[in-house]
Amino acid sequence: METIIVENIYKYYPAATKKERNKALNGISFTVKNGEIFGLIGPDGAGKTSLFHILTTLLLADGGRATVDGFDVVKDYKQIRKRVGYMPGRFSLYQDLTVEENLQFFATAFETTVEKNLDLIHEIYIQLEPFKKRRAGKLSGGMKQKLALCCALIHKPSVLFLDEPTTGVDPVSRKEFWQMLKSLQLQGITTIVSTPYMDEANLCDRIGLLQNGSLLGIDTPENLTRNFGKPLFALKAEQMYPLLLHMRAYDQTATCYGFGDYHHITFIDPHIQQADIRSYLQGVGFTEPVEIRQIAPGIEDCFMDLLNH
Amino acid sequence: MHILLVLLKKEFTQILRNRFLLLIMFQMPVIQLLILPLAATYEMKNISMSVVDKDHSSYSAKLIDKFTASGYFKLNSYADSYEKALESIEDNTSDLIIEIPENFERTLIREKKADILINANAIDGTKAGLSSSYAASIIADFNKDIRETLLQPGKLNPAPRISITYSNWFNPTLHYPTYMVPGILVTLLSLVGGFMAALNIVSEKEKGTIEQINVTPVKKTTFIVSKIIPFWIIGMIIFTLGLLISRFVYHIYPVGTYGTLYIFAMAYMIAFLGLGLLISTYSDNQQQAMFIAFFFLIIFILLSGEFTPITSMPDWAQKMTKLNPLSYFVEVMRLVMLKGSSFRDVLTQFLTICGFGVVLNTWAVLNYKKTS
Repeated sequence: METIIVENIYKYYPAATKKERNKALNGISFTVKNGEIFGLIGPDGAGKTSLFHILTTLLLADGGRATVDGFDVVKDYKQIRKRVGYMPGRFSLYQDLTVEENLQFFATAFETTVEKNLDLIHEIYIQLEPFKKRRAGKLSGGMKQKLALCCALIHKPSVLFLDEPTTGVDPVSRKEFWQMLKSLQLQGITTIVSTPYMDEANLCDRIGLLQNGSLLGIDTPENLTRNFGKPLFALKAEQMYPLLLHMRAYDQTATCYGFGDYHHITFIDPHIQQADIRSYLQGVGFTEPVEIRQIAPGIEDCFMDLLNH
Repeated sequence: MHILLVLLKKEFTQILRNRFLLLIMFQMPVIQLLILPLAATYEMKNISMSVVDKDHSSYSAKLIDKFTASGYFKLNSYADSYEKALESIEDNTSDLIIEIPENFERTLIREKKADILINANAIDGTKAGLSSSYAASIIADFNKDIRETLLQPGKLNPAPRISITYSNWFNPTLHYPTYMVPGILVTLLSLVGGFMAALNIVSEKEKGTIEQINVTPVKKTTFIVSKIIPFWIIGMIIFTLGLLISRFVYHIYPVGTYGTLYIFAMAYMIAFLGLGLLISTYSDNQQQAMFIAFFFLIIFILLSGEFTPITSMPDWAQKMTKLNPLSYFVEVMRLVMLKGSSFRDVLTQFLTICGFGVVLNTWAVLNYKKTS
């Protein structure tokens, strides 16, 4: 059962010049299954927010069609608004109203009451309760995010849209937040979440990699990494930058990126040996000891790989 | 209906919590009404003049006396030459030069005719115009006195003379606050009532809260109405405050009824809130809204007939005032307060304002629906 069906969605933004039309979304198609946590992974400006706006009926697409929970995003927008919870990327609750007032307000806006739906948000709300008389603007980042989630859930939505919910939130709160999403999943809520953090991708059931308005790949995190299809090496030395330059100059190197402490490198020859790499480095005069390991690819590696195709 | 009540409760909570803004909203009109009507007056007093008396005769002395005795002119300096007097205009110590030529008295008696030079500093055009016409009327008066003394009664036919008496209708003492207060009150009402609503909606856009509202089933019309009502009420409170001040501070007792004023003010507020709303639908942030609002407000005030009479404006400007809601309200306020016009008398203006209200609000709602 598909909760969200997106077919060939286009969205243009007015460009500075007439020649090039800015494509925010370039023919996107995907589906999200009932009860799934679907992650949209992509850098800033990839089109994640535009896509969310179209699916939450805030924006009209320039082409294609989409349904949420069986309702068309254009024709049945009223039905959709009753059924979806949306948490924008920026904290958008009333900062001058208290925690309690915000909750009450959004509950009434959705024609329901806080009491009726307390069971769904109970787990999150108990953490907020000590601050219920505090104005939303005075809450800490993590608390704001919890309140926003509560407000998005207050009408028992069947689909939850979370636009970069963990951006700017500390690691502990991020971890808690994902636990909350998992427990919501157990209650049958379909979640579509966008994030620029690759490490969060592994927590999703399926992910779509979005870049410049196009989907580069959609699959489960496991399949995506399994389909990487070539050996990946991680290299480390004392002098990382010269190492990077040497490896990029190597005629056997296919891709070479700096990934924190290591350089991740793939080679044209799939059967390349560590000895080959070492002898190349010796040959070009890079004499200091180099740590070379073959590693399993992560989501980020897949993302970079897909970018190159 | 229930949702509207909740939205209204939210608006009032927010407005009441913004203490600073609340204070300004009510204090600004009060302070301005206490200061502006006293300051903004057209009555010219203390026009300082520089006299170049080359005659030093009894007539020239009499003429100068007449000027200083009028109450409008203040003798700033006696200058030896015109050039000296001009210097005092240049360093801005006098507004007017009167030069009485040599042999003024003799020429006047012998030839029955003499010249006097009046020069006014026209950097302030209104002041120059008024002071030279005051001067002209004083000289005309002087002229009349001389004729009477020079002509021997009975010898010749008395010169035919038209004497003018006048009275100021509806404001017999030419009390300027009576004239200014209604106009200033209208401006303040427009400022606070109209633009606060616009800025309020734009701030929801800016903070992103409107996005959160837009995904709820709350109808846009309901949302807009919830923005209009609080500021409409605030506008009416300010209007009441203003009327209290004009009654108890300036002792302006409307000749017409307060009822007529209120009915008109209510319709006017709806029209002006519509304009604010329209501005808010076209702007993305408070800066833009503020700038557009001021652009309109300044034009509206200058073309409202509050400071310069509409009838003396060029034809094209008079046509423009027809599109200015402020001009109708200023006119009606004065008609009702000073002239005692009844509601029936101002019905045309009332219907025009209602027309503004319908057009502006419909336009705003339609545009709001289109943009988001």
